[in-house]
Order: sequence, then C-alpha cells, then structure tokens
Amino acid sequence: MNLIEIKHLYKHYATHKAVDDISFSIPKGSIFGLLGPNGAGKTTLLRMITGIFYPDKGEILFNGRPFDPQTDIHSIGYMPEERGLYKKMKVGEQALYLAQLKGMSERDAKDKIKYWFDKFEINSWYNKKVEELSKGMQQKVQFISTIMHSPDLLILDEPFSGLDPINANLIKQEIFDLSKNGTTIIFSTHRMEQVEEICDRIVLVNQGKKLLDGEVKQIKQDFKQHLFRIGFGVMPNFAQVATHHFSIIKQEQLAYTVKLTEGSTNNDILDHFIRHNVPITSFQEILPSINEVFIQQVTSMTGEPPQAANIDDSQPAYSSN
Amino acid sequence: MNKIWLIIKREFITRVRKRSFLIVTLLVPLFFAAMIVVPILIATNSKEEKRIAVIDDSHLFMNRFPDDKGVYYKYLENTSVDSFQHKYAEYGYSGLLYIPQLDIERPSGVTYYSDAQPGLSVESKLTRRINDLIEEERLKKANIDAAQLKAAKADISIEFRTGNEGQKGSAAVAYGVGYASGFIIYIILMFFGMSVMRGVMEEKVSRIAEVMISSVKPFQLMMGKIIGIAAVGLLQFLIWVALIVSVQLILPLFISGDAVAAMNEGNTMMQGGSNAAMVEAIEKIQFVVGSVNWTAVISCFVFYFLGGYLFYSALFAAVGSLVNEDPTDAQALTFPITLPIIIGIMVMISSVQNPSGPVAFWGSIIPFTSPMVMMARIPYGVPGTVPYWQLALSMSLLIVGFLFTTWMAGKIYRTGILMYGKKITWKEALKWVSRKA
Repeated sequence: MNLIEIKHLYKHYATHKAVDDISFSIPKGSIFGLLGPNGAGKTTLLRMITGIFYPDKGEILFNGRPFDPQTDIHSIGYMPEERGLYKKMKVGEQALYLAQLKGMSERDAKDKIKYWFDKFEINSWYNKKVEELSKGMQQKVQFISTIMHSPDLLILDEPFSGLDPINANLIKQEIFDLSKNGTTIIFSTHRMEQVEEICDRIVLVNQGKKLLDGEVKQIKQDFKQHLFRIGFGVMPNFAQVATHHFSIIKQEQLAYTVKLTEGSTNNDILDHFIRHNVPITSFQEILPSINEVFIQQVTSMTGEPPQAANIDDSQPAYSSN
Repeated sequence: MNKIWLIIKREFITRVRKRSFLIVTLLVPLFFAAMIVVPILIATNSKEEKRIAVIDDSHLFMNRFPDDKGVYYKYLENTSVDSFQHKYAEYGYSGLLYIPQLDIERPSGVTYYSDAQPGLSVESKLTRRINDLIEEERLKKANIDAAQLKAAKADISIEFRTGNEGQKGSAAVAYGVGYASGFIIYIILMFFGMSVMRGVMEEKVSRIAEVMISSVKPFQLMMGKIIGIAAVGLLQFLIWVALIVSVQLILPLFISGDAVAAMNEGNTMMQGGSNAAMVEAIEKIQFVVGSVNWTAVISCFVFYFLGGYLFYSALFAAVGSLVNEDPTDAQALTFPITLPIIIGIMVMISSVQNPSGPVAFWGSIIPFTSPMVMMARIPYGVPGTVPYWQLALSMSLLIVGFLFTTWMAGKIYRTGILMYGKKITWKEALKWVSRKA
C-alpha cells in the first residue's frame, strides 16, 4: 500500500522546468529519501506534496485518493530546509499555535506538548522566548512542532543541518521510532551517508527529472562494480596474482581490492588464491555507496560532477522561480 | 475560518502584550493633553510683576502710562537716561523705557533697557502702548476727536450658513476638524501599513513563512495579519476616545474658572483684542463646534480609516513579501505605495482650503487619496459641501479598491513569501498577478 503516489508531475516556471514528468510512489511506513543536487527540483516537489504549490499537470494520490490540500495537510508534518519560528514568541505558545493550525484542539495540543517536552526534556523552556534559545535548541522545538499532530506523513528537509551529534542522534532515533509506529517519512537531503543509514527507499532527481528510484539495497546491487576486497595473512607475490579472473584495482598493506573479470565468479577468486596457498583472512564484496551512485548518475546526465556531492551542510540560498 | 481566527488572535495578542503598545497608547494622549494643559498652567502661573521706569524727553506723555495687568509704569521726571540706564535695577525696576525727543510724524529712537529678555507679552504691551499714544497725538494734531472715531468703528461678524437647511457652520472650525481628520488618517495609513509590512518581513526573514504555509493558505496568513493589526488599531482608537471623553468629564473639576479666565487673558494679551471681544469669540467657537455634525464626521472617519487601511495594508503586505534580508530593498519597494499616500496628504491640504473645488472632488473620489481628502471635506457639511452621491461614489470605489488591492496583493504575497535570495522588482511581481497558482 502506498501512502503517496506521484504520477507524471509537472511544474514549469517562466525560465526553467522545476519538475518535469516525475513519477514515483512511497510505501506506507517507509523512510523515503528524496535526493538530488541543489536546484534539482526537490523543494518544488515537496511543496507540491505539502499543498503549497499546485502542479501544472499530473496527479498526486494521498492514501489512494487525489490529494486535497484542504484536509490532507492536517495529516502532513513539514519541516522545510529554510525553517524558522517566531522569534519573539514563547516556546510553549508557539508549539501550541502551530499545533492548532494543524487542526488540533487546544486541549489535545497541550497534552501533546507536555508529552513531547517531557520526552525531549525541554519543559524548562516553555516560557522562554525562541530568540533566547541556541540554534540547536530551536531545531528541537521546530522538530517537535512538526510532529506534534502525529502526522501520517512527515517531511523533513535536511533535518540534521545545524545539529550537534548528540541532538542529531536524538532526532534520528525519533525518526526510527516514528517510522516503527507507522509514520511515513520523506527525507530530503544531500548528505549521502545519512541516506544509507536511514532510508529504505530513495528517488534521485536532477534538473527536474527522475534519474532512478528503488530500495537502497537493490540500488547498491544494481550499481555494483564487482569489486572485492581480500585480506591476506601474508602478502602474495607477483606470480601468485597473475590470473584472468580478476584485475587489481588497489593494493594496501596485506589487502587487495580486485575487480572481477566478466565471466568469472566470486569463487574463482578465492579458488585462485587457495590454489596458490595464499592465506586469506577476509573476503568482502565492495558495494557502491549511494554517494558514488549519486555522483555517477548526476555526472553522466550533466557531464560534470554535481556541486551537491560535496559534503557540507551549509544552506545555500535558493530560488523557487 | 477557524485558522484565520487563530492567526488574527496571535497577531492581536502579541502586539497588545508588547510594552510598546502600552507606551504608545498612553503617551499619545498624554502628549496631546500636555499640549492643552501646559499653556493653561503657564498662563495661570506667570503672574510675575514688572515695574518699568519711563523717562520721557519729549514730555508728551506725562502720566499717560496707566498700569496694565502685571505691568506697572513709573513716570520719572528730571532724570537723565544716560545715568539711569545703568541704575534702574538698583531702584527696583525691571526695565527702563526711554522716549527721546519725538517728531510725531516720524517717531524713532524709543528704547527699552532691561537685563533679561522682556518676554513676548511685555514687548507687545509696550509696543501697543507707545503706538496708541502716538496715534492719539496724531489725531489731536489733525483735530479728530478720538472718542468720535472709536464710536464710528465697526465690529460685526457675519454668520455663515451652508446647505439647504441652512446648516450653521464656521469655515475655521471645519478647516481645523477636516485638517486634523485627514492628517490622522494619513498617520494611520503610514503607521499601521508599515506595521503590516514589518510583520510580513519578519515572517519571511525568520523563515517561519514556509512552515506556516504548510498549514494555512497564504491568503489566510496575509488577511489574518491585516485584520489582527486593524483590531489593534481600533482598540487603540477606542482607548483614546474613552480617555478623551473621561478627561473632558474630569478636567473641569481640576481646572478652575480662574485658570480658564487666565487663558483667555493670555490670548487677549497676545492678539491685542479687547477682553470682551475675546470672550465673545470663544463663546462663538463653542457654539459652532456644537454645530458640526459629529455623527457624520466620526462614522465617516471610522469608515475611511478602515477602508483606507485595508486598501493600503494589503499593498504593504505585498511589499513585505518581496523584501529579502536586505532592509534597504524595502525602501525602494515601498516608494510606489507611499507616494500616493504623500500625494494624498498634499491634495488634502489644498482641499481643506477649497473643499468644493475640482482637486478636492477628484481627490475624494479616487480610492488612492479618498480616505484623506474626503475626511478633509466632510466637516464642511454633508450634504452641503459633499453631496450624498459623492460620498456614496467615494465609499463604493474605496470598497472596490480594497477588494482589488487585496486580491492583487494576495497573488504577489503567495509567490513572494517563499522566494529567497533574489532581488525582486515590482515589474516582476506584477507579472505574478496574472499567473495562476
């Protein structure tokens, strides 16, 4: 069962095609990664899913029905990349206000605030103004405000930027818990190591088009280069590695990284070393990281490496037009 | 509907709870009260006495210096000005008036010596006294009887009635009320318009806008802010009206008739009319103020205050949504909106002098200026100066106008509030108006 199905979605601006015929579905309860370099159309896509923009063409199904922003936004929690809070407002009042705008009654909202503030141990902040909090503390408040109305769909755009490792871990744990309890999560980022750690499925977009989508495990299989890393007890000599089954890619202390020749199997490699009496301590297939898949895919499309591949979490200014 | 109510409530409460709201709400009437009370207190307390020595070398005015209120003259004979001008203080005089040998046709050289500035009222008293004396001398020389001349002088006032029912009115009162109302509307448009703009900018710059927009429609967010701030303005206005009414009820208990008389006196001194004439004039003004159609003025004021505010605040909200981090952008972008308001205040100033002229007519019909200009005309009389059809036309156009600006601003706002990092011009923004969502 899919919570979201996106069918041939288009959104064109005067100067460029932000979203150009994109389709994918998000299974209920999954953690779904939306990946792409800056300006790929991620934000536009998310804004259409949250009902901020209307698509030019195409369809969004929410729970099997056409998406209706009027009612369905109450089932969505959206934490945009460019996030913020009313600086002069008190933390508790702000959380209450945002929850009420999501359709919660005042009493329910207060109960939830108590629950989450206890859980995150921030009860003492209730009467503090947002501007008195550090940036990381504000992020926590923001995250709580986003999930307070127990949304079916939680959309997090770069949720870890600006968080210290402890708080990032706290939120990561919360994401897993929510997912376990059935919340579907869309996770937009260009921090690829987080994607591998957190996401079940991903979709990769660039220049408004979908490059690929699927399960993370499957994608890694699909893009594997048949590389293996073999560890040795004693380094084999030159004669012992001469074979047509593989070629050596990289040599390390007591280890080789080899590429399997087409037509050969994994066992051919092991067999070869065993026959040469080389003591093997480890044998491991090297799967491509999502980062490598990402760079390779985006590069093959544009002819140059994507700027988003560099791992920094600065928030570059973007324009939706 | 529930959501827009939540937004209105937040906008209203956060503003009313601010310390600055309390300060402005209390300080403004205090300021106006001070402007009224301080001159009265000064008039009451400045009963300082002045003794002035007079040395008259022309020997024309002997003993023709009767004491004036608070000013006592002493006519000194056989005293030389050269020695006395350094000694008058020792004899207990505040100053020395010296009249040299005078040619009555071309008098000159009258001098007043004092240590400190004599003050406006003493100056005018002295000047008037000398001029009166010289006039009398000239009349005598021309063989004209002063008493006869005084009897022949006319001093009547015309009663002005306007409109079909012969409404009694005074141009001066209508001018004052019209000018004040037009000016207050101008301040309201600027102050609350800017307040809306700053609120929108705050939401955009602090990046809360996108969070909000994922819960409510942009139009709800914009209207919630506009209505919330309007409610703050109305509350402030009501507090002021209540304060004015209560002060008017309480003030007479504190300020005795003595002080009022003193104020009248003060005016008399300044303007040089006789006391009786002044009292009569005050009575006349009080009568005319009573004759202004306050119901029409106040109800129209509330209408034009709200209409003008809605007309312009939506545009200010649109500007706020276009501004990026750089606040200097705001100045360039607000210019096309503040310009018609400033033109409006200039048209208002000219209309209040000529409330039936073509400038006043057009200014009070076109919604860009009508809130200010119409308020300048209404005190002159409805339907005398402003026929009912003009009022109806002006009001309907203002309603159509604010519906239009709100619609247009909503379109700009929706796009602008989510747009970062790019400098946006009005030209671009206006293109968004015709674009669909």
